[in-house]
Amino acid sequence: MKLAVASGKGGTGKSMVAANLAFTLAWTGEVTLIDCDVEEPNLHLFFPAPATTRDITIPVPSIVEFACKHCGKCAEFCQYGALTVLPDRVLFFPELCHSCGGCMLVCPKNAITEVSRRIGTLSTSVPMKGLQLITGTLDTGSPHAVPVIREAKTMAGHNTTVIIDTAPGTSCPVVEAVDGCDACILVTESTPFGLHDLQLAADVVSRLGIPAGVVINRSDGKDDQTIQFCTDHDLDIMMTIPFSREIAAIQNRGDLLTRARPEWQKDFCSIFFKCKALAGRER
Amino acid sequence: MKVCITAQGATPESKVEERFGRAPYFILMDSDTGSFEAIANPYADGAGGVGPKAAQLILDRNAGALISGLLGGNAKAVLDAAGVAQYTYRSGGTVKDAFAEFRNNTLQKVG
Repeated sequence: MKLAVASGKGGTGKSMVAANLAFTLAWTGEVTLIDCDVEEPNLHLFFPAPATTRDITIPVPSIVEFACKHCGKCAEFCQYGALTVLPDRVLFFPELCHSCGGCMLVCPKNAITEVSRRIGTLSTSVPMKGLQLITGTLDTGSPHAVPVIREAKTMAGHNTTVIIDTAPGTSCPVVEAVDGCDACILVTESTPFGLHDLQLAADVVSRLGIPAGVVINRSDGKDDQTIQFCTDHDLDIMMTIPFSREIAAIQNRGDLLTRARPEWQKDFCSIFFKCKALAGRER
Repeated sequence: MKVCITAQGATPESKVEERFGRAPYFILMDSDTGSFEAIANPYADGAGGVGPKAAQLILDRNAGALISGLLGGNAKAVLDAAGVAQYTYRSGGTVKDAFAEFRNNTLQKVG
């Protein structure tokens, strides 16, 4: 089963839920935890371990200047403005390129080849028995989060439970991370912003056809509006984590709630079974 | 020489648009004859990469200089490579006003 953890609003506790869920499930089975918050991956902080790292690249065009007649067909074709043809040279803006390869196809002189351009890295580690951590990291300055996420997701084993931690928000990186998952856990908090962004995130996963449930984190007990929204939209509230100084302190020293206070493991197990029920599948 | 000025409308009486790639119109003023030509910008509502595409468009129309409010890095790279001088106009006036200032040499050149 493949589970995504999303939120809309940042800082609600996605990584906290993903890390504790993975830690809990790894006692009884094989778990792959994938950090798809590639602009700010942080799960490795909970699971320090030696990692193997490799580059992630995308194909981009390279102009063979002596063959190019500066006809401008490639620039005309490119919908992203990545190529500009001047009378004497071609300008290429790699950060605008979407690697579609169309410029190569339309070039009448075969003056375009593809070269690899690094956009980020992929790290894998085994921090504990039963748990593999995969971390996608986007290079600073690169706008290409989606290919890094796609690559990180392909690294997951087939016979394991996969837990995907996503970026905050509801834009392309989140859609790419959540797409194809069997169920999604939406983490929210007891604030107007938490609820507002929960509504957006719930809308996204619903449009993607992915069943979802909600975890209310840092609850101050005044969750009436969130509960009302979940009831109206048929979203199961799978767990409520109280606003607690003790939990915050555990997190802040880089520990896990389910490691420091193992009695919480049954709650995270129960989230998993609720997700399994949502997805309508056997493990 | 043709001077391209980003505009909110299709005439020299229109206000100068301060954005380059997403300007609704490009007005090409001929500094020799005083005549003008308006081009509706097909990239005004584009998703991305509009700066270099708009730059390519005005190069294809043989603009020798550009007057606008703000210019992104990619568009500037294209215009620099093509040798098109860029000038800043942010006084809120019309295309005509900007063109007059250009002729009086009072516009700030983008470095």
